[in-house]
Amino acid sequence: MSDTHAASVPYVRDTMLPQNAPPSTAQGPVKWVRESLFSSIPYTILTLAALYVIYLILSGFLPWLLGGVWTTSNIRECREVLDGAQAGCFSVLTERWNQLLFGIAYPQDGYWRPTAAFVLLFVAVAPVLFGNLPRWLILFTVLYPFIAFWLIWGGSLFVPLSALLAALIGYVIYSRIVKKSFAGAFFAGLLAGGVAWVVFSFITPQLSGVLALEPVASRNMGGFMLNMILGVICVSLSLPLGILLALGRQSSLPIIKLICVVFIEFIRGVPLITLLFVANVVLAYFLPPGTNFDLILRVIIMITMFASAYIAEVIRGGLAALPRGQYEAADSLGLDYAQAMRLIILPQALKISIPGIVNVAVGLFKDTTLVSIISMFDLVGMIRGPILASTDWNGVYWELWGFAALLFFVVCYGISQYSQWLERQLQTDHH
Amino acid sequence: MTTMSDPQQGSFRLSMLLNDTRYRSYTFQFIALILLIALMAFLGINLVRNLAEAGLNISYGFLNVPAGYDINQSLIDYNSQSSNLRAAMVGIINTLLVAFLACITATILGVIAGVARLSKNWLVSKLMSVYVEIFRNIPVLIWILMIYTLMTAVLPAPNQFRGDNATSSMLFDAFAFTNRGIYIPAPVWGPGSMIVVATFILSIVATIIYRRYAVSLLFRTGKLLPMGWPTIAILLVPSILIFFIMGSPIALDYPELKGFNFRGGLQIGAPLIALWLALSVYTGAFIAENVRAGIQAISKGQTEAASSLGLRPKRVMNLVVLPQALRVIIPPLISQYLNITKNSSLAIAVGYADITATLGGITLNQTGRAIECVLLLMLFYLTISLSISAIMNVYNNSVSLKER
Amino acid sequence: MNKSVFFGALTVAGLAAGAAAASTLDDVKARGKLNCGVTTGLAGFAAPNANGEWEGFDVAVCRAVAAAVLGDPNAVEFVPTTGKTRFTALASGEIDFLARNTTWTFSRDVDLKFDFIGVNYYDGQGFMVPKELGVSSAKDLDGATVCIQTGTTTELNLADFFRNNNISYEPVPVETNAEGQQQYLAGACDTYTTDASGLAATRATFENPGEHIILPEIISKEPLGPLVRHGDNDWGDVTRWVLYALIAAEELGVTSANVEEMTTNTTNPEVARLLGTEGTLGEMLGLEADFAKKAIASQGNYGEIFAKNIGEETPIGLARGLNAQWTDGGLMYAPPFR
Repeated sequence: MSDTHAASVPYVRDTMLPQNAPPSTAQGPVKWVRESLFSSIPYTILTLAALYVIYLILSGFLPWLLGGVWTTSNIRECREVLDGAQAGCFSVLTERWNQLLFGIAYPQDGYWRPTAAFVLLFVAVAPVLFGNLPRWLILFTVLYPFIAFWLIWGGSLFVPLSALLAALIGYVIYSRIVKKSFAGAFFAGLLAGGVAWVVFSFITPQLSGVLALEPVASRNMGGFMLNMILGVICVSLSLPLGILLALGRQSSLPIIKLICVVFIEFIRGVPLITLLFVANVVLAYFLPPGTNFDLILRVIIMITMFASAYIAEVIRGGLAALPRGQYEAADSLGLDYAQAMRLIILPQALKISIPGIVNVAVGLFKDTTLVSIISMFDLVGMIRGPILASTDWNGVYWELWGFAALLFFVVCYGISQYSQWLERQLQTDHH
Repeated sequence: MTTMSDPQQGSFRLSMLLNDTRYRSYTFQFIALILLIALMAFLGINLVRNLAEAGLNISYGFLNVPAGYDINQSLIDYNSQSSNLRAAMVGIINTLLVAFLACITATILGVIAGVARLSKNWLVSKLMSVYVEIFRNIPVLIWILMIYTLMTAVLPAPNQFRGDNATSSMLFDAFAFTNRGIYIPAPVWGPGSMIVVATFILSIVATIIYRRYAVSLLFRTGKLLPMGWPTIAILLVPSILIFFIMGSPIALDYPELKGFNFRGGLQIGAPLIALWLALSVYTGAFIAENVRAGIQAISKGQTEAASSLGLRPKRVMNLVVLPQALRVIIPPLISQYLNITKNSSLAIAVGYADITATLGGITLNQTGRAIECVLLLMLFYLTISLSISAIMNVYNNSVSLKER
Repeated sequence: MNKSVFFGALTVAGLAAGAAAASTLDDVKARGKLNCGVTTGLAGFAAPNANGEWEGFDVAVCRAVAAAVLGDPNAVEFVPTTGKTRFTALASGEIDFLARNTTWTFSRDVDLKFDFIGVNYYDGQGFMVPKELGVSSAKDLDGATVCIQTGTTTELNLADFFRNNNISYEPVPVETNAEGQQQYLAGACDTYTTDASGLAATRATFENPGEHIILPEIISKEPLGPLVRHGDNDWGDVTRWVLYALIAAEELGVTSANVEEMTTNTTNPEVARLLGTEGTLGEMLGLEADFAKKAIASQGNYGEIFAKNIGEETPIGLARGLNAQWTDGGLMYAPPFR
């Protein structure tokens, strides 16, 4: 072959040329710009339109943000300083900073307490969120509710301490019996803890002055702190409740299944605001005369019920996604229902459900703003009520709403980024 | 307790109620039932006692009493002498109206944003992710209040349209954007207008028939009829002809500044717009995520297979990817519609007269019938939710039947 | 059998709870705090100041009751309520006393089962309009957009007024006074209507109060007063006579400044009975003899409270008008302390 062609081809390259760099229009930033921004005429138009939108937003927003006033004490002073310029009166944030974060009634010298509880929250959730941290940190997570209660609500340290002790007693009893029967251990533990708590509650009032912080009533909580309190408490309470509801809905016992289905469908069928109306204007009629629940407690009950129904549905999805073989394997090992659920099914189902649960948690946290409609002074309630109504700051909208939006965005975006990170982690585990 | 029966006599021992799986389920269910009944009884007894103590009773008579208040936006006849029941009806219709409008716009927004987020254009896809993240992560109540503030504080008041040196003017002399709402021309149905409408409806039917015919022709013979321009022609030409033959029976009623407000035309109140917009952009962000997930769920092989058959990109999307993606998208889409309906109850924050604001708000306040009003309110939302769930189940079943 | 035993236990528990439910007065004393319902914020009547302390005309009445019953004007928990929540809060026992410029009407008194213990402010519904609108009478408001707080009697009065005069209007319902103010200032409504006192209070917070006028028509009677639950007459008496003590103190010339001096060397027997140096009026109520003295010493008499919170010297700038003492041609008239 080479012979016949050798005559006809005057020149044959016998060495490779070194590779040339691609033309400057097909590499580096230029290529990227061409391919991802100007690849065709419609795309070019789209890009230009998008650039124009970005320009519009930034040209309105940046001067307003950067030219803002931070130091005046009311809107009239602020407008004088601005002298007609289109810029923000951010001094409302500095002047009302504490009210926005803690509400109007929290004792002023106690602001460090919720702040400390907030910082410790990160330490407490870290071992739950990140599996690679040392396991002993989980001990702090267990202690955290008691510490946070003491910090935020104040009172004697012995109240949360005795609650902790009661919980400990309950746990010891539970772990003694759990080998024999889970249900028996569970109820025995609950009972022992309850009895211990009642016993302690006779002792603690005598120690009310010892190691005490100034007590703060629930109704004095407000501002963003109230949103955080409601969000954290309701999510953590609704998780176990949601698991129980999900198991009940999957259960083969018709009555229990019916109760769970009716509860879940009812809660999911009505808007949260109607449940808050119930907490606010109706619930009192259903309680024994003379019981005086805090509004905040009633709201916590309602939001917890609301969230648990949604979490139950997420976990049910997780349970349904498990292969049938897992259930059968557990049965064939001779495990009873409680053991099978606790040791085989739930650990896997919960793991699959985590992203869904986090979504519910984010939604719930956003929904805590609804309490402003029933005249509670959360962040939105503070802005709509005392701050915008005051002579000093009547007419400052965007600074306040922007601040509220920013706070919620930071928290919710952070959580959803975590959830996406976790999803990626879990995916690699599975394959 | 266990000593009650003699273990020697029968095969059934009381401890078997706890330890034997045959009987244990009955025990647990019995306990659950007792607890449930006890709880109900507890609540019921308390209710009766509390009502008796306060001298109140449960009665729905207030529904027939004149409501006494006025409502600013109503699609049915209503005045302050109408009954509370009628006020609740106005609220129901307003709830459905805003939910319907928001569902449509949220879907459009969501589909555009979801597809654009997958665009190869870096800027557009980033812009869309910013939109999605910002709107998803800020509470809808804040959005509603912000957009309402935008409506009332930024748009001009009607009296700024007045006089020779007015600071605002109407768009095309037909649309007025004020902080009380948007005024648009309203059609006036003159005599003979029904014929025009009937023609238009017939045109729609004809369009559908034509497209069906074109598709079946394509399947039978492979002959491709043009779709675009005949559709438009069939849809519009007869109606326009009839419109002029009948002597323009449909006129437009333009809004005009008279007295304190614009009169005439169609008014879309500021609260409705704020709620509609806020629900649309908020839910649109969620729908965008559903759409994106749905499209990404279709494996790339499908697209490649379709392309290798020689289909053009648009047809790949329309004939192969979308029909499969829809199966993934529609169930979460319907639950987003449900969320819109439930979130529309936040109308109370901006004074839009939905069911929560009329029955659960003003009627509750004025009559003091808290239990009855809240109960009816929940019943309404429950009915809506359960019917939508039922539709969703029907859809899911019909989709799953096609699966192999 | 199990079930009936359970129900029995439940009923007994319920009855015991009922028997244990003491009167409101005992509850308040045992608690050491008065739970008082107020508005979420209306300058001059009840609003938290920059330090979060509640102050205002209605707040002073709450504090006076706390001072009389508990001896401490600061032993009050203020519970902010909206138009919607106020009645349930009172009916359910969440609050003991509602001082939230609430209009005394037949149906609230009879159908909702509350007791109005008196009137602390005689009011009427008015309209506020910007001066530039050129409106001088409420009857010129045909076709106007009206901002109105929902859940109040003003909403019903408004509908009646426009119907009677056969003119039309468009309501813009708002939830709180603050929102009404925003809407009105932004021009989203032509006129804002609420109690005339509330209008004055709202106008006082404006940047340019002079650019707004309150129309001369007063379209309703709005006797605003504190209220308690129906049925607990002892508690009703306590609060009623604390309020009357404040009113009577003004009539008798007792002020927070001279109350100590009056106690020791008054010659007027009615003043002596009021301040507890003569007679057993306090004891009859189940309070200390000097209950009225404590209330007056802490908050001042009715006139002082009025002047300090909403009087002409304040930004609210309300004249006494109907709320002057009967001796000055007003309606404030305390029954004799005897």
